[in-house]
Amino acid sequence: MRTLIFRTAAPYLTALMLLFSVFVLLRGHNEPGGGFIGGLIAASAFAIHGIAFGVPTVRRAIHFHPIAVSGFGLLLAALSGVVSLAFGVPFLTGIWVSPSLLGMSVDLSTVMVFDIGVYLVVVGSITSIALGLEDREDE
Amino acid sequence: MEIGAQPLTLLALLLPFVAAALAPLLCRVLKHNAAWLLALAPALIFLHLAGFVPQVASGRPIAGGYDWIPSLGIRFSWYLDGLSLTFGLLISGIGALIVLYSGGYLKGHAQQGRFFSFILLFMGAMLGLVVSDSFLMLFVFWELTSITSFLLIGFDHGRQAARRAALQALVVTGMGGLSLLAGLLVVSAVTGARDLSMLLSSGEAMRESPLYLAALLLILGGAFTKSAQFPFHFWLPNAMEAPTPVSAYLHSATMVKAGVYLLMRLNPVLGDTAAWETLLPVFGGTTMLVGALLAVRQTDLKLMLAYTTVSSLGLLVMLTGFGSERALEAAVLYLVAHSLFKGALFMVAGLIDHETGTRDITRLAGLSRAMPITFAAGLLAALSMGGVPLFFGFVAKEEIYAAVGVLGVWPVALIMVAIAGNALMFAIAFTVGLKPFLGSRDDMPKRPHEGPALLWIGPLCLALLGLAAGIFTQALHAAISSPMASAVAGMPMDITASGIPHLGLPLYLSAATIALGIAVYRLQSRLRDVIAGALDAIGWGPDRGFDQVLRGLVRVSFAATRIIQNGRLDIYLTVTFVCVAITLLVPMVAYGELPAAPQFPALLPHEWTIVMIAVIGLGAVVYAKDRLTAIVSLGIQGFAVALLFMLFGAPDLSFTQFMVETLSVVILALVMTRLKLTPSDHRRRRDKALDLTVSGSCGVAIGLLLLKVTQLPFDDRLSAFYEAHSRELAHGRNIVNVIIVDFRGLDTLGEIAVVMIAGLAILALIRVTTPDVAKDAR
Repeated sequence: MRTLIFRTAAPYLTALMLLFSVFVLLRGHNEPGGGFIGGLIAASAFAIHGIAFGVPTVRRAIHFHPIAVSGFGLLLAALSGVVSLAFGVPFLTGIWVSPSLLGMSVDLSTVMVFDIGVYLVVVGSITSIALGLEDREDE
Repeated sequence: MEIGAQPLTLLALLLPFVAAALAPLLCRVLKHNAAWLLALAPALIFLHLAGFVPQVASGRPIAGGYDWIPSLGIRFSWYLDGLSLTFGLLISGIGALIVLYSGGYLKGHAQQGRFFSFILLFMGAMLGLVVSDSFLMLFVFWELTSITSFLLIGFDHGRQAARRAALQALVVTGMGGLSLLAGLLVVSAVTGARDLSMLLSSGEAMRESPLYLAALLLILGGAFTKSAQFPFHFWLPNAMEAPTPVSAYLHSATMVKAGVYLLMRLNPVLGDTAAWETLLPVFGGTTMLVGALLAVRQTDLKLMLAYTTVSSLGLLVMLTGFGSERALEAAVLYLVAHSLFKGALFMVAGLIDHETGTRDITRLAGLSRAMPITFAAGLLAALSMGGVPLFFGFVAKEEIYAAVGVLGVWPVALIMVAIAGNALMFAIAFTVGLKPFLGSRDDMPKRPHEGPALLWIGPLCLALLGLAAGIFTQALHAAISSPMASAVAGMPMDITASGIPHLGLPLYLSAATIALGIAVYRLQSRLRDVIAGALDAIGWGPDRGFDQVLRGLVRVSFAATRIIQNGRLDIYLTVTFVCVAITLLVPMVAYGELPAAPQFPALLPHEWTIVMIAVIGLGAVVYAKDRLTAIVSLGIQGFAVALLFMLFGAPDLSFTQFMVETLSVVILALVMTRLKLTPSDHRRRRDKALDLTVSGSCGVAIGLLLLKVTQLPFDDRLSAFYEAHSRELAHGRNIVNVIIVDFRGLDTLGEIAVVMIAGLAILALIRVTTPDVAKDAR
């Protein structure tokens, strides 16, 4: 798998896919996309990087263990639901704020945080599976 | 009923559990002296319950409770009449003494706090059991006593014998508990009663029901296992593996009496029938004789006492089922007397063990000088157990003989059993309470000396109570025994028996018992050999039977597991998919729900092209020479389907499908290379045919199901709602995403939790199997 072309292209591909995954994640509320798809794209990116440069490189790059990322995502998603309790509405009700940033109104919400949690869970779980399998290939 | 007493009673019922939670902490700070503080809990409960005595004695039971599961009509309710109150007083009163005793007995033990916890937990469970009104509560506490008993017997879990005894007790009494539950359900179905107080007022409904015998047998199954009746008696002597405070408390004074309690409680409803008056005396009488004979065979003080406990429980069951009011009175008196003297004797045995290092009667002698207080307690308790005048045991025995001493074949048979059993118990009583203290001192593992106050306070109190109760009988009858007997008989009763001997048949029988008892005491060592010889000749007993049954069970489960969990993935998959096909196809065919032939859609040329690509991909999967090609071909089919999604207006779905297909191919390829499978498929033709059939049926089944589903009228209320409100309620235009993260956010939370757990599991799987695979490969 480690041809010169692949190894040359892989870093650009990975970077682009990661960027794209975040783009897909953030636009998901209004256009096709969202945390699930974004997470899958990011996981593919890490898988490609792993195939091209070996698992240790990817592990170093992510810094955290992928399953920890997944756990953090789950925690984030659950906590985003708790925020609504402070406002006296049921668990997981979306809370929206629209602060003005550089003259532009930006919609921020607990729903978005929830979606980021979904993204992290998917990235973490799939990446840890893929890396786990690739790892054994390198023995 | 007083309103103010209700929360207090609830508090009293919960107090042991609170004390159990605090025990380890207190024990860490105060060491064994925590016992003084912890004993306050049962003492307070005792005082609280004692406050009810006047009201209950005047014939007005105390009822109270709170709603527990209102939707099912289940209440957390208690009912205190003479029977439950007497039990409650015994449990809390003896409980307080036992806590003190445990403080001394396990002094310096590393796990003393845990022990306190367990014993207080048990106390709470037992107390709950006897005061419970609702059936469900009764059952829950019943099982709770089995579980806490398991913990206590297995307290010294480093020893194999203790673990076996604990398991045995749990299995026997736990199965009895299930039998009891079934029995209570039958009773509840017949009478409509959900609690005991309601059942007691149901009159003849139960006795006249055709289900009477079934209910009786099921309930006896619970009572006989708990109260160690023959042939379920074997767990009780084995339970002597527990520390002595446990034996004194659970396995003589309280828990094993739960079965007797239940029989007494249900006597007004189930009693007075031929079945009741045959089964109880027969099993009770047998148990009494077997227990007493086995007791004489032992040389270990605790084991002797354990077998006499079995014997006494038999006597109680026999009396309960005898069918006369006098016998019930006798049972009541004997129950109270037994709790006092047996608890005391157990503690004396433990005390001797603690101070001398042995419980073997053939090695113990001449302790009277070294342990005078223990001697006093032991002797007093033995006198009561032996049924010597002025002691409470005598009162009970007189009443037994007065009740059974009527003419007829049946009573005479029972009276012989009673005399024999009592004489043997007389002998054991003095073997434990007198023999170790007489004669010249032998060499013992430890130099004997009197134990600390914590240890002798309990047995001495109980032994003295046995004497006091024998002297002030009338006061005791008024407060305790008459109300209890009334509750058992279901009608007002007045007990008059006293500790002063009166001339008459009972006294002669008593005298005969004592004479016989003295003879047995003197000939004990010879008798022991005779019985040991007889037992060796029999060889097999229920105790060994238990082991055999358990071994058989393990073997059967092992064989069943080997068949079901055979570890072959291909068989698991085949079974799973066959089940899928059957569940989908059979109902569809059986109920004539097959879909109508679909109308073929008019597709555009490029759409046809994509469909063809999918079909070609599938064909390639089937005809692929090696696995990698098959996996990639499967990906082609998936991509084609994703394109179709895109064309028919589901961008989100198609997007996800693309990613899932890509990752599936990557991961499948990785798995395949890791598993070191041969690249080509070399299944036999027969296997291939089977797999083809299974996969074909699954495919057809799911295809038919989808066709059928799409042919049903589509209810679009939900999608219309999402379409209408996605923008205004959730501020999003992408309905799919809005549903995922907002409308159905809780579902998604559950799903991502599943994703994460799956990831975790797969990771563990990869890690665990790595070394094995590597080893196999080499």
